[in-house]
Amino acid sequence: MHPAALAGKDPYRNGAESTLSHGNVARWSPAPASPGGELFSGYALDHAYDEMFAAPGQPRPHCQALVEDLLAASVSQLRQHQTEADRAFLTQGITFTVYGDEAGTERIFPYDLLPRIITAAEWSTIERGLAQRLTAINLFLRDIYHDGRILAEGVVPRELVYSCRHYRREMRGVCVHRDIYVSIAGTDLVRLDDGRFVVLEDNLRVPSGVSYMLANRDVMKRVFPGLFARYHVSPIADYGQALLATLRTLAPPNRSDPTVVVLTPGVGNSAYFEHAFLAREMGVPLVEGRDLLTHDNIVYMRTTSGLRRVDVIYRRVDDDFLDPLAFRPDSRLGVAGLLNAYRAGNVSLGNAIGTGVADDKAIYAYVPDIIRFYLSEEPMLSNVETYLMHKPADRQYVLERLDQMVVKAVGESGGYGMLIGPHSTAVQRAAFRDKILAEPRNFIAQPTLTFSRAACFTGESIEPRHVDLRPYVLYGDRVRLVPGGLTRVALRKGSLVVNSSQGGGSKDTWVLQD
Amino acid sequence: MLLSRVADALYWIARYLERAEHSARLIEVGLDLGLGRAGTRGTADRLYASLGMSDAPEPADRGPLVAAALFDLANRSSVAACVTAARENGRQVREEISSDMFEQLNALFLAVRQIHSTADREARPASLCRTVISGIHLFQGITDATLGHAEGWQYLQAGRFIERAGVTAALLDRFVSEGATQADGRLESVDWVALLQSCSALEAYCRYYTADVRPERVTEFLLLSADFPRSVRFAAARIESALQALAHASGRDGAGRPERLIGRLHASLDYGQVDEILSDDPHVYLAGISRQCALIHAAVYQSYIAYPIESAIPA
Repeated sequence: MHPAALAGKDPYRNGAESTLSHGNVARWSPAPASPGGELFSGYALDHAYDEMFAAPGQPRPHCQALVEDLLAASVSQLRQHQTEADRAFLTQGITFTVYGDEAGTERIFPYDLLPRIITAAEWSTIERGLAQRLTAINLFLRDIYHDGRILAEGVVPRELVYSCRHYRREMRGVCVHRDIYVSIAGTDLVRLDDGRFVVLEDNLRVPSGVSYMLANRDVMKRVFPGLFARYHVSPIADYGQALLATLRTLAPPNRSDPTVVVLTPGVGNSAYFEHAFLAREMGVPLVEGRDLLTHDNIVYMRTTSGLRRVDVIYRRVDDDFLDPLAFRPDSRLGVAGLLNAYRAGNVSLGNAIGTGVADDKAIYAYVPDIIRFYLSEEPMLSNVETYLMHKPADRQYVLERLDQMVVKAVGESGGYGMLIGPHSTAVQRAAFRDKILAEPRNFIAQPTLTFSRAACFTGESIEPRHVDLRPYVLYGDRVRLVPGGLTRVALRKGSLVVNSSQGGGSKDTWVLQD
Repeated sequence: MLLSRVADALYWIARYLERAEHSARLIEVGLDLGLGRAGTRGTADRLYASLGMSDAPEPADRGPLVAAALFDLANRSSVAACVTAARENGRQVREEISSDMFEQLNALFLAVRQIHSTADREARPASLCRTVISGIHLFQGITDATLGHAEGWQYLQAGRFIERAGVTAALLDRFVSEGATQADGRLESVDWVALLQSCSALEAYCRYYTADVRPERVTEFLLLSADFPRSVRFAAARIESALQALAHASGRDGAGRPERLIGRLHASLDYGQVDEILSDDPHVYLAGISRQCALIHAAVYQSYIAYPIESAIPA
């Protein structure tokens, strides 16, 4: 909080409303469970960590200014802001495509008006923790595709790696430039009831959502300019430059001015907007598989001025579809011969092929050990306690209390292939029990977590909703995080699912400067 | 530098819209002819035939024919099919065109779809034709005003005017050569008026030649006018400047196959005489223009878009 700002001019508040000032917060003493005010009348704290209030009616210090501003606002003002924000998303075409609709319906990703605020100290932990994690994961990938030291020493079971659906034996012995396998990661964090951030899952293949992080900030600046005057929010607008710089460091050695492209599956992909957005932010071509070809193990793109060599491909196409000669032969999204060009070291990919083995949810359970093994350090960010269904003891423990557990398929993402025990029916649990017994390697289980809740505007009032946090990590010449991330919100009351396909939305995420 | 796929999409956006506009205008004139009793029966048929609707039934049964020319997505020159194809191309290069352009293209597509789905669509084909024509004019205005006139814009120009030269020559051919050999004698002036209307040329013609409508003057106007924007010569001039600009943008000397082909066509129109063309074999001449347009299209593709890889591999 910046007390000086309280006295200064604040364009967001008009004269009449500024009578509701600092002192009111202390005076106002609502019912114990609800922090108060007209807007906050339905705000009930429970045992989950609340991002805004330390105790009923008592905002956390860094949320003080935000709460004051909200107390000065009315429902109709907030509604007006919400309409303004929604319109901004729609007219800018910030949408995702809904599959299975012939008209190609595009929807906006629901946006919650209120920022989620992270302090500098909290961010510093996240930043160091994720840098440590990504460094270790890259060493792990280098190791399993070469010497397999960690497997020989039995730290990670060999069969777990080789049975992983995303393990690519084509990558055995392939030299990846600078040994950077994962250069772009989006790791999902949640905050537990004790206030600690823990890692829920790593996304090491083609993490998406960064365009929403940037768009949310743009819209927030437009809708709540006054609030920025009261906080020192770290800027994130240089993400495009940081991404480009990262991709350029991946370029094959002797290519002094590398050509970088973004490879998209095409306009039918649900994240097409993001692909076009990132290409534009970086000022590089957005290509499809059919724009590229290989000759003598060199990748070219077909332009009106002839063929032009491509050095780095930021590919938003999954491994399976990258090269019909090497992987799925029916893929028309990839480039024939790309794998050979890659193995020859003539083109770089961000991320490398075969990184999915490290975000397999069973391997996830070993990441703390992986960190200790390669770095001889204790992990700064913990994992969520995870039970591996191929271990008989774990399996028995979980099957006895399925109604309290969250079960996940190891290779899935996006909230698919999950059982949320407390919200499940007996029939669903029976179906998952059969699936687990049929293919134990394919499942893991975690206790149902109560992750933190942040204040959201529901259209009527302000209420807490469960949130997670996905910071975006880049690894080029060094690991760097743009100070921010995508806070995803389970907009349905009580829901724990934050995925956009299942009723999730997002918030602007502020990392404060010291 | 432009990706070949992007150039291809831009080129086809313009070509499809030009085709949709042409079809819409023909249908509009055909409907008009059906209302009055004027003209030889053949003219409306001739207009529909040039849209690929060959076995025209009796005038009374034209409803389904008009509906097919407007809405049949299986008929590639129907208005709805062309607008849909243009919008689909636009969607794929959305980041390359201005957002105003895409919004207009999308609005046009939605308008066609909406009229198509309303119950009384067969009763109001004329209003759809107007909607489409003015929607395309708006798109062209937005394009010229909001997109940089660089390489991408030149592909739009090339597509638009190659299509225009081709369809105008083909339509003229139906009137000039087939009309002259018809068993029931020569066309009446009202037929030539319909032809002028089909090219939005009646007012411009009258201003130039007065309302005295004669076949050789109509031919001269639609073929050789230097200033009328729907004449073949005007289109050839625009194609030539677009192709020169494309050659320049991709670092060529401007004497490649596309530039030579269009240069020859443009010169023949610049220096051609209408009496010579008519006294010779006008069908050969007009069909030759359509053929040359096809060759120019192929040459552009060979040079910039679908060139053989062997020719482009760096040594």
